[in-house]
Amino acid sequence: MNERVLMKGNEALAEAAICAGCRHFFGYPITPQTEVAAYMAKRMPKIGGTYLQAESEIAAINMVLGASSAGVRAMTSSSSPGISLKSEGISYIAGSDLPALIVNVQRGGPGLGGIQPSQSDYWQATKATGHGDFHMLVFAPSTVQEMVDLVFDAFDLGDKYRMPAMLFLDGMLGQMMEPVILPDPSSRPVIEKPWAANGHQGKRPHNIIKSLYLEPQELERTIIERFKRYDHIKATEQRAEEYLTDDADIIIVAYGASSRIARSAVNTARSMGIKAGLIRPITLWPFPVDIINKNVENTKAFLSVEMSMGQMVDDVRLVVNGRRPVSFFGRTGGIIPTPDEVLEQIKAINGGM
Amino acid sequence: MAIVFSKPHALTDKPFHYCPGCPHGIVHRLVAETIDELGIEGRTVGVAPVGCSVMAYDYFSCDMIEAAHGRAPAVATGLKRALPNNIVFTYQGDGDLAAIGMCETIHAATRGENITVIFINNAIYGMTGGQMAPTSLPGQVTQTSPYGRDVKTAGYPIRVCELLSTLDGVTFAQRVAVDSVKNVNIAKRAIKKAFTNQVEGKGYSIIEVVSTCPTNWGMSPMEAFQWMRDNMLPYYPLGVYKDKSEGEN
Repeated sequence: MNERVLMKGNEALAEAAICAGCRHFFGYPITPQTEVAAYMAKRMPKIGGTYLQAESEIAAINMVLGASSAGVRAMTSSSSPGISLKSEGISYIAGSDLPALIVNVQRGGPGLGGIQPSQSDYWQATKATGHGDFHMLVFAPSTVQEMVDLVFDAFDLGDKYRMPAMLFLDGMLGQMMEPVILPDPSSRPVIEKPWAANGHQGKRPHNIIKSLYLEPQELERTIIERFKRYDHIKATEQRAEEYLTDDADIIIVAYGASSRIARSAVNTARSMGIKAGLIRPITLWPFPVDIINKNVENTKAFLSVEMSMGQMVDDVRLVVNGRRPVSFFGRTGGIIPTPDEVLEQIKAINGGM
Repeated sequence: MAIVFSKPHALTDKPFHYCPGCPHGIVHRLVAETIDELGIEGRTVGVAPVGCSVMAYDYFSCDMIEAAHGRAPAVATGLKRALPNNIVFTYQGDGDLAAIGMCETIHAATRGENITVIFINNAIYGMTGGQMAPTSLPGQVTQTSPYGRDVKTAGYPIRVCELLSTLDGVTFAQRVAVDSVKNVNIAKRAIKKAFTNQVEGKGYSIIEVVSTCPTNWGMSPMEAFQWMRDNMLPYYPLGVYKDKSEGEN
C-alpha cells in the first residue's frame, strides 16, 4: 500500500498517469490545466519518458494517436477550447480503435469564454467530440482520490475496449488539494496489444492502423462491431454513487464539483426534514441509466444541477421518460452554484409537491 | 536463369490504384527498394497522408498508419518518440504537407524529429479532382483557379525545400524528380540518404519529389513530364537545399 500524501488535483492526476505506466505526454498550454503539463515536463525526463510541448492542440492529439499506435500509453490534457481543436484527432483515434487518455479541465465557453470552472462541455464529451458514429469513455471524479483512481481505470478500460477515454474535470477539482493514496500498478491487468504498429520484425503480417473504409458495407460493419462493444460497455461499466436515495422524495443528479455542492444542499435539506438524495454519475458515458432508472418509481422528482445551462438534464429526462418531473438548476460562465441556491430549488420542488 | 529485376519485398502484392502515368508508383518503388536495401522493413512504420496516396498503407509491407489530413508529421512524432529505435517515414502530397499540414510540417522539422519525409509536389489536389494547391504555379488553371492562379488574390506557391532549409532542425533537404532514368537514379540516392540519416540518428530529412498529375492536368504522361520540366522545374529547381548529415553530427 502506498502512503497517503497531500496533492493538488492537477498534479495528482499527472502522477497517477505516470504510476499507471504512461510515459508519453503531449500537450499545449491552456488555463486551467497548466499544472498537468508543468508536472509532466518536470517528471518525464527523469523517468525516461516523453514530455513534448506540441505546436497546437491538433498536433498534440495526433502525437497521442501516433504513440498509441505504437502500443504505449499516451495522453494529452487541455481545457475546453483546446478540446474542440482535439476533436478531429479524437474522432480518428476512435475510428482507428486506439486507446488514449484525454483530460478536459473544463472552463466556461463558448468561444474563448472564460477561465473559471464550468461543466458546459457535457454535450461535447458525451455526444459529439468529433464527427462520426462513436463514443468515448467519460469519467467525472468528484475528489482528488477518485480522480487518481479513475486515471488508472481510464487507461485500463481504454486499452481493454480499444477506445479513447476522457477524464472530465472542472477547474475546481484541478486546483483543490486533498489527501490521496496512489494505487499500486502491479495489481492491474496487463493488456496485450497485438494490433500495434511497432514494426512487424518479419514475424507477422503488417499491421495497419486506419479509419478509412471506402466500401460503405465495410465501414458499416466496423461501426456496428464498435457499437456492439459500446453495448457491452453500457451493460457493464455504468458507475454512479447514490447518497441518501433510499427514501428520497427529491433526487438531485449532479457530477464533479456540482455534486459536492449538491451534497451539502441535500444534507441541509435533510436537517430541515426534506427527504432529498443525490445520484452522482461517475461515468458520463456510459451514462448511469440503470442506477437512475431503479430510483424512478420510489421518488417524486428529479433535479439536475450543473455548471451549465442544462446539458446532462437531457440524459436524465431520457431515463425518467416522463414518469416523474425533471427540473434543472445551473449556473454557467464560470459561476459556481452555492449550496443555498441549490437548497432553494429543493425547497421549491418540495413546496410544489 | 538469374532474376535481374523483381518487386521489392517492402511492396505488397496489392495492385496500385494510381492513374496511368502517375509517378506515385515510381516513388513507392524507390522507397520500398531503400527499405529492402537497408534491411529495415521489420522495424519500419510508415504514415500515409490524406490525398491520392492515402492507401499507401496497403502498398508498403511494413506496419502503416493512416493519418488525418496534414497530421502525418505529428503522428510520426508521437510514433518515433514511442519507438526511438524504429524507422518512421511519412509520405505526403502538397495539399497535405504544405497547406493543411504546414504547421505540423514546420514544427516537426524545427524539432529535428529523427524521421524521413517523402513529399510529392505535383502542384494540384489530385484525389479531390484537381483543385489549386499551395504549390500550384502562378497562372496555373485548376478546378478552383479556372482563370489561372492569380497571385493577387491566391498568393504565391510555396517552395517547401527552400523554406524548411532555413530551420536549424533540418538535417537534409533535397528536391528531386522522376521524369528520366538519370533523375530516378538521383531520386533513389536521395531517398536512400534520407532513410540512412534516420538509421544513423542524424535527424529530420525531407525529399521533395517534383511530380505530375496527368489526369488532373489533362495531359498524357509524357506531355505532363514535359510540362513539369518547362514550368515546374524553373520555379522548383532540383538540388540539395540543405545537408548537414556529414561532419556536423
